[in-house]
Amino acid sequence: MSAVIKVEDIGKLYRLGEVGTGTLSHDLNRWWARMRGKEDPFAKIGESNDRTQKGTSEYVWALKDVNFDIEEGEVLGIIGRNGAGKSTLLKILSKVTRPSEGRIKVRGRIASLLEVGTGFHPELSGRDNIYLNGAILGMTKAQIKSKFDEIVEFSGVNRYIDTPVKRYSSGMYVRLAFAVAAFLECEILIVDEVLAVGDIEFQKKCLGKMKDVSQNTGRTVIFVSHELNAISSICRKGILMHNGRVAANDTIDKVIGQYLSQNTNFDTYWENKDSKYDNPYFKPSKFYLVKENKQVSSTSFGINERIGVVLEGTVTKVDPALTLGFAVFTTDQKLLFWSNHTDGKQENWIEIKEGQVRLIGWIPRNILNEGNYKVELMTSVHYKEWITEPGKNAPVISLDVAGGLDTSPYWQIPRPGIFAPLLTYEKW
Amino acid sequence: MDVSPAIQEDQKGWTEVIAPTSSPFDLHLADVWRYRDLLMLLVRRDFIATYKQTILGPTWFFLQPILTAITYWVIFGQIANLSTENLPALLFYLPGITLWNYFSECLNKTASVLKDNAAIFGKVYFPRLIMPLSIVVSNLVKLGIQMFLFLVIWAFYLFAGFKGGAIHPNLTICLIPFLIIVIGGLGLGFGMVISSLTTKYRDLIFLLSFGVQLLMYATPVIQPLSAVKGKWRLLFLANPMTSIIETFRYAFLGTGSFSINGLLYSTIFMIVVLFLGILIFNKVEKSFMDTV
Repeated sequence: MSAVIKVEDIGKLYRLGEVGTGTLSHDLNRWWARMRGKEDPFAKIGESNDRTQKGTSEYVWALKDVNFDIEEGEVLGIIGRNGAGKSTLLKILSKVTRPSEGRIKVRGRIASLLEVGTGFHPELSGRDNIYLNGAILGMTKAQIKSKFDEIVEFSGVNRYIDTPVKRYSSGMYVRLAFAVAAFLECEILIVDEVLAVGDIEFQKKCLGKMKDVSQNTGRTVIFVSHELNAISSICRKGILMHNGRVAANDTIDKVIGQYLSQNTNFDTYWENKDSKYDNPYFKPSKFYLVKENKQVSSTSFGINERIGVVLEGTVTKVDPALTLGFAVFTTDQKLLFWSNHTDGKQENWIEIKEGQVRLIGWIPRNILNEGNYKVELMTSVHYKEWITEPGKNAPVISLDVAGGLDTSPYWQIPRPGIFAPLLTYEKW
Repeated sequence: MDVSPAIQEDQKGWTEVIAPTSSPFDLHLADVWRYRDLLMLLVRRDFIATYKQTILGPTWFFLQPILTAITYWVIFGQIANLSTENLPALLFYLPGITLWNYFSECLNKTASVLKDNAAIFGKVYFPRLIMPLSIVVSNLVKLGIQMFLFLVIWAFYLFAGFKGGAIHPNLTICLIPFLIIVIGGLGLGFGMVISSLTTKYRDLIFLLSFGVQLLMYATPVIQPLSAVKGKWRLLFLANPMTSIIETFRYAFLGTGSFSINGLLYSTIFMIVVLFLGILIFNKVEKSFMDTV
């Protein structure tokens, strides 16, 4: 295997804010610097690309020191938060814009699909638009002609092929547009977030087509998406972009894992630092989440992962009515459920003795849907008094559930709803 | 960027290298040729899209110049009493209007080509030169149709004659395709120079439409060159469109003037402007997506 794309030290400098005011003076400054053989006076002050930080410089490096290789026939997924530089990278690879520094070496023809239906003209018929769009994407008329029937077949709009596309529903429009791109003849295909449109059936068709393209024709595919499931089902390798740099370049599973662990802008670990909750029975000390392997986790849980809720503390006075547990809320304070260690048959309860205690309550896999939740420590002496009361004074940690959707081809994008249980069906 | 021998060695086997800068003379002409089908499809798109949902359809191609000619006849011929060199008004005005329209359409459309197509250019790569070229070819189709109209009217007067004279076509007619190429080149060249400037400074677009209108009055469209006297004549002669329209009238109608020097001047002017336009366009095209 040899590299078909070699990205070397790519950087892209953008000017922020209003373009158009002061550009003349900047241009003159630049020109004067160049005349004297100096560096671009504005490039130096560029800052790294973190969209949450208000920078001091007008210039920002949307990409900086980006290096990676793509092997022939590889399907590479690029993930990262909004503004991490994914689209800029694709634009440079697609030759839509130039890098500010570095170089990219390419072997083979690149076709890019940064948008479906680029250049579609509403007045033209579906037929005319297939030709026009195909040509814009780099096909010759003869190539399009030879694939025309397949394209129409794939799009499923046979009936309206001679109707102006302005009369199409948006779904039909997208189908036709993707169909053209699906039959592109190229060695390297770049696809950006185009699956976010169209209905589920068609999305599945597109994913299938992309898999097919990469596996059966040996084409190299670069795929950007926020749909982690789609990415992980198509790609074998991944790149994680963060603030304009490559944060990880590994197998897709590892990269997705690292991406999920980036989402740490919530507190997942509570510690009783200022000795609150003074009472004679129980003093909570720690409250946090663990993964299946009991490693402390500050990251997202997949839907298909068990979530361990750990409560630690010291029992100072044993009381048979002491109940330890937690409550789960949505972020908008809707209670989902309570859970106590005293649930179930009494003989199965864990015996609470004086001194240190550490319990894990497991939230089963395939219960909570993707989303953010709050977990609150719930401890009380039953029927007597609250120690930590959910919704009132209890310690709160955040729980994030993302990814790990079902293996079903029909369940590849998140579903609505708070719960996402995996039920079984039987013939009856 | 310096290209050392080591890097050149490294480039072997790679079909393409994307780098921040490249030679200003690397015009991707092979690429343009590879995308020639796109050029023709864009022309087809322009043609269909322009006259979709109009009742008269391509008839508008005929009506535009005729209505303009009638307006000029009333204002410049009747009211201002400008000379038409003793020719029927329609016959005198039509060539000027048709050729000038071709020039001004090529110029105006090309001047805003980067701005108009920013959405497409921002999403997909193809040789950017294809777009301005498609404008010139689209307008060539339109010009062809309007020329046909002129030829019909011209043939009518040629055979039926008219009061007070006759028209004398001559062999200079063979120069017509050449004249049209020069006009296209001028429009394209000027347009590309301006389009490259308007991506950053949009003010130019406003100036342009005014400037083109003004320039028409310094072209023998509404009056023959022979009617222009004094210091203004110099201005007319400096205008590269002047000799082309004069030559055209001379070829078909036998009036006006034919000057090899004037034609040579226009041709050289066209080559310089076109070359400059392509160079500037080629340079700006690479980074304009960041400024448009």
